[in-house]
Amino acid sequence: MSRTIFEKSKPGRRGYRIPDNDCPVERIDLPGMRTSPLGLPEMGEQDIVRHYVELAGKNYHVDKGIYPLGSCTMKYNPLVNEEVARLDGFTGLHPAQNDADAQGALELVWRLERALCEVTGMAAFTLQPAAGAHGELTGIMLARAYFADRGEKRKIVLIPDSAHGTNPASVAICGFTPKTIPSNERGLIDPRALEKEVTGETAVLMLTLPNTLGLFEREIAEIVRVVHAKGALVYMDGANMNALLGIVRPGDIGIDVMHINLHKTFSTPHGGGGPGSGPVGVAGPLVEYLPVPRVVEEKGVFRLSPDGPKSIGRVHPYLGNFNVFVKAYAYIRALGGAGLREVAENAILNANYLCARLKTTYDLKYQGPCMHEFVLSARNLKKFGVRATDVAKRLLDYGFHPPTVYFPLIVEEALMIEPVETESKEALDQYADALEKIAEEAEKSPEMLHEAPVTTPVRRLDEAVAARCPDLCGPGDLE
Amino acid sequence: MSYIQNTDADRSEMRERIGVQSFDELLEPIPEALRMGGLLNLEPPLAEADLAGLFRELAAKNRPATSFASFLGGGIYDRHVPALVRYVTSRSEFYTSYTPYQAEVSQGTLQSIYEYQSLICRIMGMDVANASMYDGATALAEAVLMASGMKGGGAVLVPRALSPRYRAVLDTYATARAIEFREIPYTKEGTIDLERVKGALKEKTAAVILAQPNYFGLVEPARELADAVHGAGALLIACVDPVSCAILAPPGEYGADIAVGEGQSLGLPQSYGGPLLGFMATRTEYIRRMPGRLISGTVDLDGKRGYVMTLQTREQHIRREKATSNICTNEALCALSAAVYLTALGERGFRDVAEQSYAKSHTLYSMLAGTKGASLPFGRHFFQEFVVELPVAAEKFLGAAAKKGVLGGIPLGASFPELGGRAVLVAVTERRTRAEIELYRDLVAGKGAGR
Repeated sequence: MSRTIFEKSKPGRRGYRIPDNDCPVERIDLPGMRTSPLGLPEMGEQDIVRHYVELAGKNYHVDKGIYPLGSCTMKYNPLVNEEVARLDGFTGLHPAQNDADAQGALELVWRLERALCEVTGMAAFTLQPAAGAHGELTGIMLARAYFADRGEKRKIVLIPDSAHGTNPASVAICGFTPKTIPSNERGLIDPRALEKEVTGETAVLMLTLPNTLGLFEREIAEIVRVVHAKGALVYMDGANMNALLGIVRPGDIGIDVMHINLHKTFSTPHGGGGPGSGPVGVAGPLVEYLPVPRVVEEKGVFRLSPDGPKSIGRVHPYLGNFNVFVKAYAYIRALGGAGLREVAENAILNANYLCARLKTTYDLKYQGPCMHEFVLSARNLKKFGVRATDVAKRLLDYGFHPPTVYFPLIVEEALMIEPVETESKEALDQYADALEKIAEEAEKSPEMLHEAPVTTPVRRLDEAVAARCPDLCGPGDLE
Repeated sequence: MSYIQNTDADRSEMRERIGVQSFDELLEPIPEALRMGGLLNLEPPLAEADLAGLFRELAAKNRPATSFASFLGGGIYDRHVPALVRYVTSRSEFYTSYTPYQAEVSQGTLQSIYEYQSLICRIMGMDVANASMYDGATALAEAVLMASGMKGGGAVLVPRALSPRYRAVLDTYATARAIEFREIPYTKEGTIDLERVKGALKEKTAAVILAQPNYFGLVEPARELADAVHGAGALLIACVDPVSCAILAPPGEYGADIAVGEGQSLGLPQSYGGPLLGFMATRTEYIRRMPGRLISGTVDLDGKRGYVMTLQTREQHIRREKATSNICTNEALCALSAAVYLTALGERGFRDVAEQSYAKSHTLYSMLAGTKGASLPFGRHFFQEFVVELPVAAEKFLGAAAKKGVLGGIPLGASFPELGGRAVLVAVTERRTRAEIELYRDLVAGKGAGR
């Protein structure tokens, strides 16, 4: 274990000093002054560097190895994107500066919005949402505004049982009632069954495409027709857009609202859990409800327009996670149309290859071809007393990051694997070899799997203790 | 450019193993009519060197605040940032990992967030802090949803002297949830009208928002407000500038129920307003109502200390539509920046930042108090930001100042018409020098402004 910064603190040490004050005042005279010390640690620069290098050594990350976390699209984060995003011309801008001082930034936002429109076939985008779930919330707010404007009181949002938990949570925050619709035996939405669910009360069908099983909704055209026939909208969770780049454009198949994740599809780093970015695209009839301000261009000059009498308003105090936009736009410009198509093709090829290697060792409930990811089940190992979590923990001992486990909920003992396009065939083979070996171990020495991991900085952690007596804040004194 | 490593030979072997002749067979689930006919119509791909050139050109079309003497604030500030912050956050062990779903190989991220939570608790004087929210405005909106849920309805009192951008985000969230806001005006001193608060509290009220300091930079009577709010059985949401807490009583000292705010000042670049860092802290008894990830210390099988995500039954992936919030990905790397920043500055250094910001802003205030034509509508009880009424229209002054390399502040007339078209919000952080402050005074006095 690593001691905390509070344990490493020693009174009198300093890690950084600001320049001396050339405007001293006699005293601070304000009502309601602080009476207690801050309790901040005191460390020198070198020890702070060592602290974080020590912590860094305990992390698994994309630059270390394959990270096939299903639905998270852990692809390689190109270095040049990091470099250009650090330019002072981008990082040093204050959001209240005049448009004239921010022409390059506004142009970048405008161009990225247009590139996303081309990639998805949607009519317009807002870049304000700071993450995928924030995008979902924004998209559902747009649907709400659309129906309110028409004087329609629709309350229900239909969500397949394979959906990510953010979908129903986002819907509930907006005051809608989520209703789960079951997947059929192929893991897909059945348009005939759906037709019975869609009524004049239905506001939105919220689906993920490809879905969380990694499957394309074969009958998407019919699904969209059924929903539109009752005046409802189709929302697409675009978390899995990596599979569709240059192959299918959601706007072309009748999607009304969608979000994408720049930190998944467009290669911006995941940052240990953010910052992400979840732009929302809409079809023509919803454009007037998009958040304001909008970036507009006139004769090569860019400006922020606050106009939008029907806009839902702001969902971010400024334009969104601007620095993430810089990286995503760099990715799109590096790849172009052919490059993005190549991304999708290799993502699909890699997933199908890995699936082909593993589908006899583990159970594959829903047959492919899959798109960018697939979901195996470890239920065939239950007879040895081994569960999906044991497989995942044993993978750690082999030096790999496990798949997403126990999701989607409709697959027992789920192992959700998204290899992504940037991984090489060798990396996929090594991963498959490890999973095959683990399946053998499950039969021969299941206790080895129950013990795993044994090579990591810590072994399995007691989550029950944490939940019963949460320790969320370091000790109150600095001794 | 391409970041793909598969060769044609690899692809061929892989197709063979899958059992398909061509890639298109894998697209069989997608009806042909739905597939694109040609390629996406995007600009042609660029090699790395050309890409870097293009972005340097785009960046050069901006005149960033960092190339001026910037007196812009209003929620985003120009501050000294230690080299340590970029060093740590540029390490790929942190920036290329994701949410610590596998705790055994994420102890670096988990411990750093635990330390971040602890640092926020200390600064705020609160019991628990979450792993981060998107930004100050959405953190405030989430606090309102949390408080409203806890109280089962009732109005939320919002001060007029709140950032208009925060107010706009609140309004968007409130429309979706039918939350009623009641605006509380400010007095002629620029601070919240306590009598109006007390009057409004006679009706069912879920929560009251305190902006500390308020949008005009003024220190609010937090304790009096807290007493009134709690006396009426409502919750107090404190939206605070974390740097101000180095010299002002923190939310925990006056009994705030939820503390939120913007953490950009803690080591993040201004970055045209994003990414930012929303922080949120509360009292122990409200943990289960709090949105967002929480990291807890625990032990492993051998009794060794480690960290895990905890109380996940509040969260969307377990609770789905009954979750406290839909938040999933947050701003972990920005929280790491804040943790490194606060550790580098330490107890003394962080106080220095707050004290210098106070001293420098008050130095400019005093200079302007003696400058003909400038008037200062509110008093001296501000932290690092104040309102000045200029002798000329705000836009005219700001345009002239920019020509002299000074960003003179944020014009207030559009959002606060009652302050008039000559009112500007001026922020003076520790980064400004005496020479820059004197230049500002000279510009207001009409000297050297070239007018």
